[in-house]
Amino acid sequence: MLKIEAIFRPERVNAVSAALLEAGVTGFHYQNVTGQGQQMGVEVVTGRGGQATTRSAVPKTLLVTVIPDDKKDQIVEAIISSTRSGQIGDGKIFITEVKDVMRVRTGESGSDAI
Amino acid sequence: MDSGSIAWMLTASALVLLMTPGLAFFYGGLVRAKNVVNTIMYSFIAMAVATVVWILWGYSLAFGEGNPYIGDLSVIGLRGIGISDGSGIPDLLFVVFQGMFAIITPALITGAFVERFKFSTYLVFLVLWLTFVYAPICHWVWAGNGWLFEMGALDFAGGTVVHINAGIAAVAAAIMVGKRRNPGIEPHNVPYVVLGAGLLWFGWFGFNAGSELAADERAVSAFVATNAAAAMSALTWGLISHMRTGKMSAVGVATGAVAGLVAITPASGFVGVMGALAIGLAAGVICLLAVDIIKGLGLDDALDVFAVHGIGGIIGALLTGVFAVEAIGGVAGVLEGNAGVMVTQLIAVIVTLVYSLVVTLGILFILDKVPGLGLRVSEREEDNGLDISAHGERAFVRDGAD
Repeated sequence: MLKIEAIFRPERVNAVSAALLEAGVTGFHYQNVTGQGQQMGVEVVTGRGGQATTRSAVPKTLLVTVIPDDKKDQIVEAIISSTRSGQIGDGKIFITEVKDVMRVRTGESGSDAI
Repeated sequence: MDSGSIAWMLTASALVLLMTPGLAFFYGGLVRAKNVVNTIMYSFIAMAVATVVWILWGYSLAFGEGNPYIGDLSVIGLRGIGISDGSGIPDLLFVVFQGMFAIITPALITGAFVERFKFSTYLVFLVLWLTFVYAPICHWVWAGNGWLFEMGALDFAGGTVVHINAGIAAVAAAIMVGKRRNPGIEPHNVPYVVLGAGLLWFGWFGFNAGSELAADERAVSAFVATNAAAAMSALTWGLISHMRTGKMSAVGVATGAVAGLVAITPASGFVGVMGALAIGLAAGVICLLAVDIIKGLGLDDALDVFAVHGIGGIIGALLTGVFAVEAIGGVAGVLEGNAGVMVTQLIAVIVTLVYSLVVTLGILFILDKVPGLGLRVSEREEDNGLDISAHGERAFVRDGAD
């Protein structure tokens, strides 16, 4: 099992949701995050409007889901195709191994619980 | 009795009261999210504390007969002030209108020490400051036998009594309480800031036009001048912000409006509409520069109280002397050939600055030494935010646990 953590532009969240469902993902969650990448943050105005400063506050969406190993390529492709614009700031996908998963309702574990 | 004036002054009193919750949101939006309840409470509790102090002894000290320097205790508890006394409007209406000014003035100071001042000490500070700083200065400038009033100092609605007074007291407070350990970079809620500035602008019509104490032509003139100066200063501040950063800051425009309102306060019943525009322009430019300069001095006047209210008040007091129109307020200014008025204005400004600074420093020095009080919260309380540590309440509960 693999954990997918995908960071992408917030306005793509509906497209990503649709693409994941089509690729057979059964569940995921996401949250609003801020940070910075190659664009080196975002300019904010401070000092009562008199000054500008750069903060790592570029708005992004971080989506997390756990998938079976064999669906990796298909799901990564679904995310990329629904988020890529070709510009700096399209985001990143992190993939890690997951040791186990438990479904609370039934007690199922492993890939049955995904 | 003049029922038209009574109706207007009841309305104006309510308008001035609304400025304090407006200020609460103006300041509340500028701090970090962990301190917004505390910041709002500094202003809101002033509505309670100052009202009680004003009724019990504040009004008597400010407007009792006394001598040129302080009132007396002849009307404590509003003893003997009847609803049918007074010409034009009842004395009791004057009492409540003036009471609204006693609420907002100490609330203005709080912008200097937000995010670190101990709330219980603040309650004591409110009582002492109203008694020993606000009441005497109010007496000097507005009581019939006050020494600055008799000298001819022009302060229509409180440039010295309210704004210069609070502005310099804010400097005293910032010095005594020290810097914030970890100041935020951005305001946590810009809409609150703009909402607060909007309420202030709205309430300020009661503050300035109400200071005529009657529904007459001069009140109309003050109303129009107030709006003109606020608009000009907001626009000026916004344009400078745009020139500097390439973007017009909402916080900048809101702050500009407040600076313009401060500067027109002493002038509103004395100057014409073009004078008001000039005062707004001056406030927008000079107060914005003052924000940067004061930050550069290393004084942590957190919400720029001195830059906006102190400097704005001084600009207003001095330009009142420049732009006063005899046909409006009965006093000619420098532009009408009466240069002598500037001397009186300068004396009123300097005396207010010195008295308020010294006595406020003294009050805070004593409060710092009193066992169980002290000015500053602990480091842990400051880090956790004063909403939780002082009030046990959070502004925005969105952790899913409710």
